[in-house]
Amino acid sequence: MADILFYVFAFLTLLFGFLVVANPFSSNPVTSAMFLVLTMGSLAALFALLSAFFLAAVQVLVYAGAVMVLFLFVIMLLDLKAEERRRVRKFGVFAGLVAVGAFVVILLRSLLYSPLEAQSSPTLKGDAAELGALLFRQYLLPFEIVSVLLLVAMVGVVLLSKKDLK
Amino acid sequence: MSVGLEHYLVVSTLLFALGLLGVILRRNLLVIYMSLELMLNAGNLALVAFSRFTGNLDGQVLVFFVITVAAAEVSVGLAIIVALYRKRQTAHVEDLTLMKL
Repeated sequence: MADILFYVFAFLTLLFGFLVVANPFSSNPVTSAMFLVLTMGSLAALFALLSAFFLAAVQVLVYAGAVMVLFLFVIMLLDLKAEERRRVRKFGVFAGLVAVGAFVVILLRSLLYSPLEAQSSPTLKGDAAELGALLFRQYLLPFEIVSVLLLVAMVGVVLLSKKDLK
Repeated sequence: MSVGLEHYLVVSTLLFALGLLGVILRRNLLVIYMSLELMLNAGNLALVAFSRFTGNLDGQVLVFFVITVAAAEVSVGLAIIVALYRKRQTAHVEDLTLMKL
């Protein structure tokens, strides 16, 4: 059952990811953002299949909720129309495809020839209690530093959105 | 054949490649930004898979930090895009080849 669910959600993730990048029907940024929301949702399902329940919830709340709302807000604020067809450099597209293809071949080949012995599926639960215990004991200092990083980002955004950048 | 670690790593590789393809091929600044998010998520998937199959929760803590940093990065990046759009009235990378405003 879990195997079938893995194949379903892996297929959905890759399909929606492809539609974010290269939608054959529309090049509107809003469509890409909507498919990115769906990609995040199916990734959260994959996280839940890996029994990382807390991260699945965070993925839906933070990514599909907050981050994508921010994206849609900016797209609608800037009033971006569909990407008008410009002259596409054939050589650029070809070189990009070749580079990404070579990258995928290298990664898959190294995956094929590496001894992955971690086949057993241990009873690991990534729920909020265990993750929180780890986060507030062993990783307390990075946790606090990340809060400072969020403060810095907030101050930077306020500064950047002032009327005159001077 | 039951689903193992390498299945998840293959999905993660393909998702990362899709994001990279978007960054290289698309010309809209916001779509490029969304493709970057796709690549970050591919990395997260690989980390969670490794965490699950080695019985170690440290990977999931790292994913938690990655999500936090990504949220900060998105807010700052979108603010920069809005400021740039206000100056230049475009979000097309081929119109943004000068470093000065």
